[in-house]
Amino acid sequence: MAYLRAFGSWLPQRRVSNEEIAPLVKATPEWILEVSGIAERRYADDSDTVAGIGLLAARDCLEKAGLTAAELGMILVASGSSDRFCPGPACEVASGLGLSSTPALDIPVSSAGSLIGLILAAQLAPKMGPVLVVGAEIMSRRIMLDFEGKNSAILFGDGSGAALVDAEKGFARIADFCLFTDGASAETLFVQDGKFSMDGQAVIMQASRKMPRAMNELLTRNKVAPSDVEVFLLHQANLNLITRVASTLKAPRERFYTNIDRYGNTSSASLLIAADEWVDAHPEGISGPLVFSAFGSGLNWGALLAVPIPNTQATG
Amino acid sequence: MDQQARILKVLRQVTGKEINPGVDESLFVSGLLDSFALTDFVSGLEEEFGVSIPDSDLSARKFDTITKVSAYLASKG
Repeated sequence: MAYLRAFGSWLPQRRVSNEEIAPLVKATPEWILEVSGIAERRYADDSDTVAGIGLLAARDCLEKAGLTAAELGMILVASGSSDRFCPGPACEVASGLGLSSTPALDIPVSSAGSLIGLILAAQLAPKMGPVLVVGAEIMSRRIMLDFEGKNSAILFGDGSGAALVDAEKGFARIADFCLFTDGASAETLFVQDGKFSMDGQAVIMQASRKMPRAMNELLTRNKVAPSDVEVFLLHQANLNLITRVASTLKAPRERFYTNIDRYGNTSSASLLIAADEWVDAHPEGISGPLVFSAFGSGLNWGALLAVPIPNTQATG
Repeated sequence: MDQQARILKVLRQVTGKEINPGVDESLFVSGLLDSFALTDFVSGLEEEFGVSIPDSDLSARKFDTITKVSAYLASKG
């Protein structure tokens, strides 16, 4: 048994509008908004590091949970844009929290990494103790802000999110999950030599089939109707994709929380940032099932179902 | 109904229009399909022709024209 106990997030101050991006990629601000739903995104400062911004979200999450870092049993850090491939940012996040022996592992999967982290944390928390899942991305350093890189440049922003998964308590019980990998299309979405590469059309097509399929599988086997889900918290990849997923699932669009208009696609951080914002906006706690879903490099994708706990209030 | 006519039938269902694209006309360049509509088109083809199209085949290159769709379906046996 494992519970969602708290979320946290951090976003850079610098706002980058479509008006700023558009001339660099030979597009118009209106076109960027139309194809992505993004009005602006945030960019980290040159002095920021992936581990550093991950640490900020981690601290926010721990503060909301009322937990000290010393009480953590494990840390998982998802990032597809880490400054260094090996070791990745997990050990630096742990060190930044003042920990010198708590296991900290990297999940180098863009976009879907934090979902994988939540799923692994649900399995590990009963054995290891509270697991802190962090998603931290500085995608602005991995994209090409020119015409050639247009399809990626318009989408991505920087930010970090965190979640605490606990075997003892929380505001929602992690009831079930599904997770998939299909390496046959790995070349459609990858980071190599420090640069992000994406076949946007192929990724959209794959995601618009795989994500609803995963959520349908999860909901069907748990006998939950899409209309009964309180909120769908998805990787904020593209607003049109989220609308499409809602339509395929025949679920009310308003149940899909979105913040992509303000932050862009923050890759593995986006799921946790969205969850943190949504939970913060609902201090009364949850009354229905929550569904998380993400799709990313690998290709990796999946979904997680969390359900309310009777007579339990949100910790956040 | 021959294969190309059945492909056109699916295309018309997806677009909701009585269209008549040339067999070698790009369905993407002409604006008849986009990434989202292609997934509907593929699902329609699976139903119409009783085939299973793997996600890894979801490429505009394979479904860009009626001729290419026809060749793809032929390759599926």
